Amino acid sequence: MEFDWSVIGEAMPALLSGARLTILITLAGLVGGLAVGFVAGLMRAYGNAFLNAIAFAYIELIRGTPIVVQVMFIYFALPVLADIRVNPMTAAVTAIVVNAGAYIAEIVRGSFLSVHRGLKEAGLALGLPLWKVLVYIIGPVAFRRMIPPLGNQFIVSLKDTSLFIVIGVGELTRQGQEIMAANFRAVEIWSAVAILYLLMTGTLTLILRVTEKRMRIL
Amino acid sequence: MSIVEFRNVTKTFGPVVVLREVDLNIDKGEVVVLIGPSGSGKSTLLRCINALEEINGGDLVVDNISVKAGRSQVRLIRQEAGMVFQQFNLFPQMTALENVAFGPRRVRGISRAEAEEQARALLAKVGLAERGHHYPAELSGGQQQRVAIARALAVKPKLMLFDEPTSALDPELRHEVLRVMQALAEEGMTMIVVTHEMAFARQVGTRLIFMEDGKISVDGKPADLLANPENPRLREFLQHVH
Repeated sequence: MEFDWSVIGEAMPALLSGARLTILITLAGLVGGLAVGFVAGLMRAYGNAFLNAIAFAYIELIRGTPIVVQVMFIYFALPVLADIRVNPMTAAVTAIVVNAGAYIAEIVRGSFLSVHRGLKEAGLALGLPLWKVLVYIIGPVAFRRMIPPLGNQFIVSLKDTSLFIVIGVGELTRQGQEIMAANFRAVEIWSAVAILYLLMTGTLTLILRVTEKRMRIL
Repeated sequence: MSIVEFRNVTKTFGPVVVLREVDLNIDKGEVVVLIGPSGSGKSTLLRCINALEEINGGDLVVDNISVKAGRSQVRLIRQEAGMVFQQFNLFPQMTALENVAFGPRRVRGISRAEAEEQARALLAKVGLAERGHHYPAELSGGQQQRVAIARALAVKPKLMLFDEPTSALDPELRHEVLRVMQALAEEGMTMIVVTHEMAFARQVGTRLIFMEDGKISVDGKPADLLANPENPRLREFLQHVH
């Protein structure tokens, strides 16, 4: 077969608009996922038995089920169960937030608890409340240790958006699928889709590299 | 007047009893040196004073506040009782100056400029005026420990707790830390020091306490006890540390 570049040229506008949606879902998902992950992770690390149990149940529930099942549940089952109707985009962002949040929670918990106990004691011994010790002393040290595993999670989440094809969100993979169904040019279309994903994950890796270099790991 | 008062204090870790019904009064201006074999409870006794360890029985009153009076009261005790750790525990993301200015800024709530000015004076006092911009990783152990002393002093405590402050240091670095501690004692600071430095106990200490098995077994003047240890286990212990 011959590789037909013109197929890619024609498909590019649709693929780019798909990629834009992928980026949008990922960004919204990661901002939300970081917020949820920090709260759940700190509940696990420093919460009382009750808060700890809630966070533990959430993390186990999400880590124990596939993200496709989670988004299908949000999109198809919630309307039946609770009469909550959501559009595909909202379902997609919610799924990424909830899913990434669970994994980020474990990253946050691990990094905070990996910080030498003596630093916490030194902060407390000055007469600070625990939350100030976490914000000013443990947090900055833990954050540096979080960057490599967070980068991993960001890339996984970006690629997980391709699974939202199942609820018809017009992200990159879905766009490729639709074009392919019309012109049957599998090689050209899936090559183009793969390269667009590589460009996005590559950019993410680069940003994380720079961030890591600017901070000394302590 | 007592600044620290142990009343029948018991501390356990699970099934292990670390402090057994300890009674102890420490007055303002005393320099108390705590010695004893490892596992005798001396570090735990020190850590109970600023409530880093919670006591299980009896009561412990520091500067007229009970360690059992609740979180906000415990924070007041900690502000009055500065602590220096064996492992220094400086904040690694902050320079020496920021470490020392941290307490006044975040605990006492004074401005950054004012806190750093005080911090500079304190660093000069411990002989590190030139090292303010260095990170802990760039300082020697002895320098780190002197920064840690300055950091504790910055909150203006009435009492200083030292938990084996020279045990993690090479012999030639111990002197610089001990000199700073001696100067502090000469200014009249109330100090409680867990240490194996017998020369420090003799020259600087006003009181020597020997602990064994969670109890205070000898309590007296350092010069007398070191010259003529009547307690046989203290005598044996002193032979081992020399």
